Amino acid sequence: MNQPGLWEALRGIVWRDLLLAMRRRSDVAISVLFLVIVASLFPLGVGPEPAVLRTIAAGVLWVAALLACLLSLGRVFTADYLDGVLEQMLLIPQPLPVLVTGKVFAHWVVSGLPIVLLSPLLGLQFGLEGEALGTLILSLLLGTPTLSMIGSIGAALVLGVRGSGLLVALLVLPLYVPVLIFGAGAVTSSMAGVGGEANLSLLGACLVLSLFFAPWATAAALRIALE
Amino acid sequence: MKINWSKYSAPLAFYPLAGKMIPWFGTVAALTIAVGLYIGLLVAPTDFQQGEAYRIIFVHVPAAWMSMFLYVVMAGWAAVGLGLNARLSFMMTQAIAPTGAMFTFLALVTGAMWGKPTWGAWWVWDARLTSELILLFQYAGVMLLRTSIDDQRRADRASGVCALVGVVNIPIIYFSVQWWNTLHQGASVSMTAAPKMATIMLTGMLLMTFGFWMYSLAVILSRVRCVILERESLQLWSKPSSVAEAVEVR
Repeated sequence: MNQPGLWEALRGIVWRDLLLAMRRRSDVAISVLFLVIVASLFPLGVGPEPAVLRTIAAGVLWVAALLACLLSLGRVFTADYLDGVLEQMLLIPQPLPVLVTGKVFAHWVVSGLPIVLLSPLLGLQFGLEGEALGTLILSLLLGTPTLSMIGSIGAALVLGVRGSGLLVALLVLPLYVPVLIFGAGAVTSSMAGVGGEANLSLLGACLVLSLFFAPWATAAALRIALE
Repeated sequence: MKINWSKYSAPLAFYPLAGKMIPWFGTVAALTIAVGLYIGLLVAPTDFQQGEAYRIIFVHVPAAWMSMFLYVVMAGWAAVGLGLNARLSFMMTQAIAPTGAMFTFLALVTGAMWGKPTWGAWWVWDARLTSELILLFQYAGVMLLRTSIDDQRRADRASGVCALVGVVNIPIIYFSVQWWNTLHQGASVSMTAAPKMATIMLTGMLLMTFGFWMYSLAVILSRVRCVILERESLQLWSKPSSVAEAVEVR
């Protein structure tokens, strides 16, 4: 029998996960709506002064994105774990980290990309303009895949554990801190006129490192969860 | 005499050995901490800039060092456990975490107590303070992940992976004062350059560090003994009545 190659397996996993997500569109909508609502609460709580909003914009939008990512982490593996598909995936001859990368990429397309696409709108709500807005979009584009990658480690560790939703927040949020600092820092420094390149480069470095290391850790965690 | 070290990777053999070592480490810890505190609080001169407030460093710096060191040791035992599948390694990981978390907390609290008179604020959001706080969260995460998984083997391995992933934070804490412009002062002691402090202060600090180290060993070994008894409670040797006999038979 012909075995599918590495790329075909990766494509197959990504396609399957995207298809499944499209069949349950409300799941996707929830985390996006969550982001919009959280971001809209801040002007109500802090007050509508444009100057204040512009100062807190980067931090608020990044924290909201972080929480939205966190909220959607349960979807990466849980459904497949419950119906036993994950166990079959572990038996596939292709290396597990590659499959994990595929699943995480599909998860990012479904939950990270909408955040990136929505960010210009939220940025305008907070009075960001021009270069700062562009930096916000770029920083989210570089940062959200890192969030998905790091988050997948936590999601795999807490599979089937009681109270997993809260536990994953405790495990993953500390590791999100560098991304938050560099992401919000990029926007803030571009607003200050210094340019966000340094922070964006650091975000890129975080992305490359997490792309390389996270799939291995996630694969190890999945094997532990299913042994 | 050749000692068969791998013999002590069995909990049954390690239990009495740990019991024999605890009093030694405990005594050395008590003595060095007493001398260190004496030097730090009474002998060392008053700092010309910071006055008497600086004396907190005799607790603060050793505690911060131990918090990072213990995390690396904990992750190291987790790696050994994951690689060699040794039960005792995971027991060590479990025993180290609370002591490490305690030192992290101590470093944060003493830092706040020093920060108030010196910086005028209990807490500032600078890189080193924040990353040390994150270290505390990581200790909490590792411990909570272990307690929320019922299956012992999975709890060990999952919290081991969790501890290993968190190691990335250690270089961030250590180099944070060099990488970022922070309020927290740079390192006063380094391996390569002459220390930027008086010899008597350095002596006190190193004594305290050594004392904290010995204290950690004593506490961790007594905790690992409890963990061994708890986990091996189904083994015949660890029944309360037979523990004494098992130790004697050794």
